[in-house]
Amino acid sequence: MEFKNDLGKPWTYEDGDFTVVRTSMWSPPGCHPVGCGLKLYVDKDGRLDHVEGDENNPITKGRLCARCLALKDYVYNPSRVIYPMKRDPEFRGQHDKWERITWEEAFAIVKEKRDYFRDTYGAESMAVFSGTGRSGGILVSDMAQAVLGTPNACYTQSGYACYQPRSMSCSHVLGAYYPEMDYAGGLEGTYDNPVYRVPEVMVMWGKMPLASNGDGLWGHAVIDLMKRGAKLISVDPRVNWLATRAEVHLRVRPGTDTAMAMAWLWVIINEDLYDHEFVECWTYGFAEFADRINDPEMGMTPEKAAEICEVPVEDIYKAARMYAAAKPASIAWGLAFDQNQNGNQAAHCVLALMAITGNIDVPGGQIVAEIDPAPGVKDELAVDGEKAEFNLDKADAGADDNSAEDAARPTRRIGWDSLPEELRDKTIGYKEYPLYVDNIRNAQADIMFDAMTKGEPYRIRMGWIQSTTLLAPTCCAQPHGWYEGLKNLEFCMATDLFITPAIEAACDLFLPLASCAEKDDVVMTHYGGSPVFYGAVNKAVDVGEVKADMDLIIELGEYLDQDCLKDENGERMFKDLEDFLTQRRTSGPIRMDFDSLRKRVGYQRGVNYRKYETGKLRPDRHPGFLTPTGRVELWSTAYAQYGEDPLPYYQEPAFSPHKDPELAEKYPFILTTGARNYASFHAEHRQIPVLRELHPNPIIEIHPEDAAEIGVAEGQWVEIKNDFGRAKFKAVVSPVVKKGTVQTDHGWWFPEMPADDEARDEIVPVGEILEDGPLEFDVNGTHIRNGYVKTDHADEKGLYGLWQSNVNDLVSNHYNSKLGYGGPYKCNCCSIAPLKESYDTDMDLVVEKFGKLV
Amino acid sequence: MADYGLLIDYEYCTGCESCVVACKEEHKLPVGKWGIRVLDDGPWQKDDSGEGGNCFNWNKIPVPTDLCDLCADRVAAGKDPSCVHHCQAFCMEFGTIEELAAKLAKKPKQVLWAPCE
Repeated sequence: MEFKNDLGKPWTYEDGDFTVVRTSMWSPPGCHPVGCGLKLYVDKDGRLDHVEGDENNPITKGRLCARCLALKDYVYNPSRVIYPMKRDPEFRGQHDKWERITWEEAFAIVKEKRDYFRDTYGAESMAVFSGTGRSGGILVSDMAQAVLGTPNACYTQSGYACYQPRSMSCSHVLGAYYPEMDYAGGLEGTYDNPVYRVPEVMVMWGKMPLASNGDGLWGHAVIDLMKRGAKLISVDPRVNWLATRAEVHLRVRPGTDTAMAMAWLWVIINEDLYDHEFVECWTYGFAEFADRINDPEMGMTPEKAAEICEVPVEDIYKAARMYAAAKPASIAWGLAFDQNQNGNQAAHCVLALMAITGNIDVPGGQIVAEIDPAPGVKDELAVDGEKAEFNLDKADAGADDNSAEDAARPTRRIGWDSLPEELRDKTIGYKEYPLYVDNIRNAQADIMFDAMTKGEPYRIRMGWIQSTTLLAPTCCAQPHGWYEGLKNLEFCMATDLFITPAIEAACDLFLPLASCAEKDDVVMTHYGGSPVFYGAVNKAVDVGEVKADMDLIIELGEYLDQDCLKDENGERMFKDLEDFLTQRRTSGPIRMDFDSLRKRVGYQRGVNYRKYETGKLRPDRHPGFLTPTGRVELWSTAYAQYGEDPLPYYQEPAFSPHKDPELAEKYPFILTTGARNYASFHAEHRQIPVLRELHPNPIIEIHPEDAAEIGVAEGQWVEIKNDFGRAKFKAVVSPVVKKGTVQTDHGWWFPEMPADDEARDEIVPVGEILEDGPLEFDVNGTHIRNGYVKTDHADEKGLYGLWQSNVNDLVSNHYNSKLGYGGPYKCNCCSIAPLKESYDTDMDLVVEKFGKLV
Repeated sequence: MADYGLLIDYEYCTGCESCVVACKEEHKLPVGKWGIRVLDDGPWQKDDSGEGGNCFNWNKIPVPTDLCDLCADRVAAGKDPSCVHHCQAFCMEFGTIEELAAKLAKKPKQVLWAPCE
């Protein structure tokens, strides 16, 4: 049947009683930056009535996930806070002590505190904490470095175990920003564009993009491509839905991905299945790399990998040969690379696989972003027709000024550049992990944990929690420790839409954020570092007194009189939000102002393939890649320079049953976490009834044989435990997990529960409690002196069920790679005890609390 | 709407639940009531080829409920039903039973529902 559609409609138009605003959604609520097309239907009173998928979006074509379909339930949720509020620090933890204030008063409080801490203890005594998936996440450096003037921006996940470990490896091994599988998102007409090739094979490696849309990869593009003939290989411990459609499914033991990738390389190198021309012209160190793969000690045969990964050896051969033979082939590689101490090596190997099979920057392979020429350099090939002529002697091996990450995302360092060098040198973790700090200009998360809990190397006194639930974590490890750390703050502010457990526990000032329906913004695939899509987030409605996080950078930055946010005449560098978006988001990479993008709603950037031949991967417009050698560095000069092995090696996971038999006896199960589902974005959406109904309880997946052995029935609650903590989950008995492995949800809190319900369970003490300063008060019956807290927590409150099912309590900090990356979120250990009690969510209560929109 | 139905290609239904929530939002159905639900068959091991490959059966099958009216209001206004419009896998189609039956005959792993009078 033929239906009416809205193809070709302008960015805003009238439809019956509604004004429709077309937009490319991004955050809040958090999500990955696909920029899915939405039509927001606004009624005559200026209220969002409902949403529909926008068929004009060239990638999503009208399709939409459950979370955006329920957008109005988020925007008008009765628990949302839409005015600035303050609370006396004496009443931290108490939900009924917040008082509404004006923005003027809020800004004055921030200024008073900022000035005090900066002038008394130094600007480094302040830190801004961030999470994932919110637009504020990519602004955390600006908030810390440009607005407050502290170097300490911090993504709180141990080892930045999400994206950065991969992205750093890309920057230094590949010399280009993240090579995403090419799903034709940047091409007009997408799959039907004549230059595009459907990949013959797509590898889903530690990634399930259907639910996650990781970093802007539109997950259901995988389905579109399967329908067009692409075959699947899955590398994943779990049976996910895509894996059941795969030709080969390698169910690796969690945390052993490096061994598997090295084994593929062994097959491809030793069976001579690689692209000789690419290897010769565009890679550095192939001979040494091949020697490592074949090394009797540190190398990896498929037979050895089969033993380590616990998969049949013939499946490894089959998968490697299938991948190598497919032209083109693509790999979608996911979070499993980051949540692993050995992940930098896994990433190194996968980049090598993409490179030596000739799949880098070819249609249907892996695409990378074009970067701008340096000032004064003509936008044409610098050395005509000549292929990579580089040598290490003239190489600039410094990561700071020449990295592919900076080149692909050039606008992200105004604050950092404005800080005096001696202040930058004080960035938490700079001494221990210089590559980490240089690459992302964040404090290193695990060292920040020490600063928060032990005051080492120095004490953090003022905090700003933004774009993260922090304690109901998607991100941080040992949240109970972070909780102690937050109490050590003398002042803490938050920007959010809801009072999360961390805000209830620790904050003195709340600044309300605009959702994606209430602000203009720009959404960029891979945060700008990809040649796929730029979308306009178009404002449709007003709610309360909310502000966008960019408004805070502009307005609060001005209020705090920050020079780096002024132009040469001493005026605001960004006149307003629209000017910010033009300057920082659109004028450079897509050469238009924000208003033009607003009217187009979305813009496909267009893809130039094989840019290593045309100089478009380097600011000097020489052919090659943006590494010191100008080639893909199979032998990594950056790793060598920063004290890491320049070649890949396999490292057994720290909590693996093979590493420590004693530990294995105590905690016999391998514990993996981090999988996404359709009903929530990590810790978000718990208060949306129609979404909560899809996934009401935090679950643990247990293999049927394990369930029978430990006496757990389907739907029964269990408690898992290890040396670091414990948490309760509802059992799903299923062969999706291998025997001996369990998988749990993460990011759970229960907004329907009161803030001050039952007492917490036993607490694992963290760090040494220091004492200094003049502060002294009680919080929830806990005596806080000098801003530092005593260790007795017996009578503390539950904070919306925060400690009931908090799996990150079982994850420890400081299990990182030598370069400071990765954490054991997906290769942990635990014991399981069945429980008699049920902790099932009371959906009636959820409906009662959140069902009636305001 | 007795002459109309939904054709669903369950080879590609990923179980994303967009149809479920789209329907609930369209028809303002509260928690506990649905116009369509995704039934879940699997995963269970269908052969002994090991744990790899496609040895698992796992099909997600959207089933319209007694409350489904095939979005009569939307269809009257010339629009497709909300579940069909938002399906992320493009695996749902609305049409006359006659035309959908012809499509059903051309590809396996599909199901044709005629949910309402």
